[in-house]
Amino acid sequence: MSKLEDFSAVVDTAVFDGPDASGHFGPYGGVFVGETLIAAVEELAQVYEKLSSDESFWAEYDSELKHYVGRPSPLYFAKRLTDSAGGAKIYLKREDLNHTGAHKVNNTVGQALLAKHMGKTRIIAETGAGQHGVASATVAAKLGLECHVYMGAEDIIRQAPNVYRMKLLGANVISVESGSRTLKDALNEALRDWAANVDNTYYIIGTVAGPHPYPKIVRDFQCIIGREAREQSLEQIGRLPDALVACVGGGSNAIGLFHPFLKDESVAMYGVEAGGYGLATGKHAAPLSAGCAPGVLHGNRTYLMSDEAGQVLETHSVSAGLDYPGVGPEHSWLKDKKRVNYVDATDEEAMKAFHQLTRLEGIIPALESSHAVAYAMKLAATLPRDKNIVINLSGRGDKDIETVAKIEGIEL
Amino acid sequence: MSRINKIALKAAKANRKLLIPYLVAGDPNLQTTASLMHKLVEQGADIIELGIPFSDPSSDGPVIQRSVERALAKGTTLNQVLELVAQFRETDADTGIVLMGYLNPIEAMGYKIFAEAASSSGVDGVLTVDLPPMEAAELNSVMRSNQVDTIFLVAPTTREERVASITEHCSGYLYYVSLKGVTGAALIDFDSVTANINKLRGMTALPIVIGFGIKDAQSAAAMGKLADGVIIGSAFVEKIALLADQEKHDEQQLSDTVKVITEAREALDKLV
Repeated sequence: MSKLEDFSAVVDTAVFDGPDASGHFGPYGGVFVGETLIAAVEELAQVYEKLSSDESFWAEYDSELKHYVGRPSPLYFAKRLTDSAGGAKIYLKREDLNHTGAHKVNNTVGQALLAKHMGKTRIIAETGAGQHGVASATVAAKLGLECHVYMGAEDIIRQAPNVYRMKLLGANVISVESGSRTLKDALNEALRDWAANVDNTYYIIGTVAGPHPYPKIVRDFQCIIGREAREQSLEQIGRLPDALVACVGGGSNAIGLFHPFLKDESVAMYGVEAGGYGLATGKHAAPLSAGCAPGVLHGNRTYLMSDEAGQVLETHSVSAGLDYPGVGPEHSWLKDKKRVNYVDATDEEAMKAFHQLTRLEGIIPALESSHAVAYAMKLAATLPRDKNIVINLSGRGDKDIETVAKIEGIEL
Repeated sequence: MSRINKIALKAAKANRKLLIPYLVAGDPNLQTTASLMHKLVEQGADIIELGIPFSDPSSDGPVIQRSVERALAKGTTLNQVLELVAQFRETDADTGIVLMGYLNPIEAMGYKIFAEAASSSGVDGVLTVDLPPMEAAELNSVMRSNQVDTIFLVAPTTREERVASITEHCSGYLYYVSLKGVTGAALIDFDSVTANINKLRGMTALPIVIGFGIKDAQSAAAMGKLADGVIIGSAFVEKIALLADQEKHDEQQLSDTVKVITEAREALDKLV
């Protein structure tokens, strides 16, 4: 069974066409928010349904991606990294070269267009590593919209350069002191803000989580990554890649790369979660690969790190962008359907890969993306040289140099 | 007929407004929560909404967030909340008890186990803040088959065509959220509440109670005029925050803590 036709005959590929009309991917996803926000998410779903069937909307989006973001991003053959791994050829999908330095802007450009069409004057966003906050502040500046970014107090310390970038862009960065003071708490606070200011406010969620329709909207805007990678693979390699590798926190860069390939049976997929100090220590952010049970948080049902009593656990990762106890509901579904392999890379492995890519290719990756690089190098070593792996290099690492220096005891 | 139905019916006959205080179970500790519950009844509470602590209370303002954090720091679990209700029931068979919280602790326990435990502990109703009616079919059906009422919210943003799907799932009473925002927020738009309550009256026979933003006797009276009852949460929880974490509190301390409820009762009774 190697051809697409065979795959479709055996597997009902319609299972990859979700979500259904009520926002579910199998048992996952849905709408789990307080009544005050229901009207807002329903309105968003209606507006998006209308606009997404409108060619002129996508033309506007494509134009922004080309002229403002700088797409398409290259698919780059990493020769020295390939040689170092000693197996399959490794290609990098260079999302780090986008305006603002990560894949996040693909989504904020799209959602800002939605906000504009809906006549909203105020943008709010949550951020972990700060990349989504920067990407939101950027589009808000471009459109002249007021922008408030919620960020965990802990992350504000870890990602100081991005905090300053957001401020330069005119955004108001609000430090979240509740709970574990990281991304999940920033999401809670953004939901509270939205409930209080629902009339004039558009909430740009940064990942493929949250209540329906967010997981779908964010996925659709990130699918540009996979569509380009597919075309570029056919053009540069002459066929589809054998494996795709992407890091998974909430999972937006991964779904963006994977989704356009889901029905291509020959393409294996690896979602790399943050293994932190190692899955066995419990100090990680890997709900899928650590075998957690499903739960409900931030508007959707998904695999979730929570204790026996249903309290959401504090997570650990060296990278703020992966430090989240849940994951987008579509990933939960793809895990159950065994379409994507969910694995992990530890802090240590990610740090090592960070240095390898930097020294071997002259590309400083984000610590989030370094998790994907770490796993891809292991995978490449197990595969023959005529196989091809595409890594989603979802962001650049400039924001992380202070963190890396600190861990290694270097004073800047 | 459920206990909440009986309470509401009796109150309606007596022209009495329902007074429903909210407090988080386990803040500052479970013994104190139990003492406060009895004190609330003594001061005229008809139904008590007991908050189930959850790590991510995204519909709550800072006052209740901090209360929840204190309760969680004490290790309060849903099982303990159910035990607390069972203990309360040993000496009080008349007051309504509604558990209010978020879905995940209930999911973790399992719907059926939760419903049976709630019923046998003497819980009368459950309000799950982040579970809208369209996702609630399964939980509702097990709660109903265990004779526990399922209470839902209507917000100022709720579209009229949605109300029917909410009231269809709702039993006991309908909880009208007085403002756009989280619990404990400040501004109630009186005219909008009046208009919306009047509209709701035409759409349901359920008792309607108003919550969010009711902070004193005056606002309780204003909202009580419009509805069948009022819920007071943050303004009361704020006082609980001042209680020391000790096993026993003297009568004076408890009376001071529930003073906002005592005053609300007086104000509501003056309405009729």
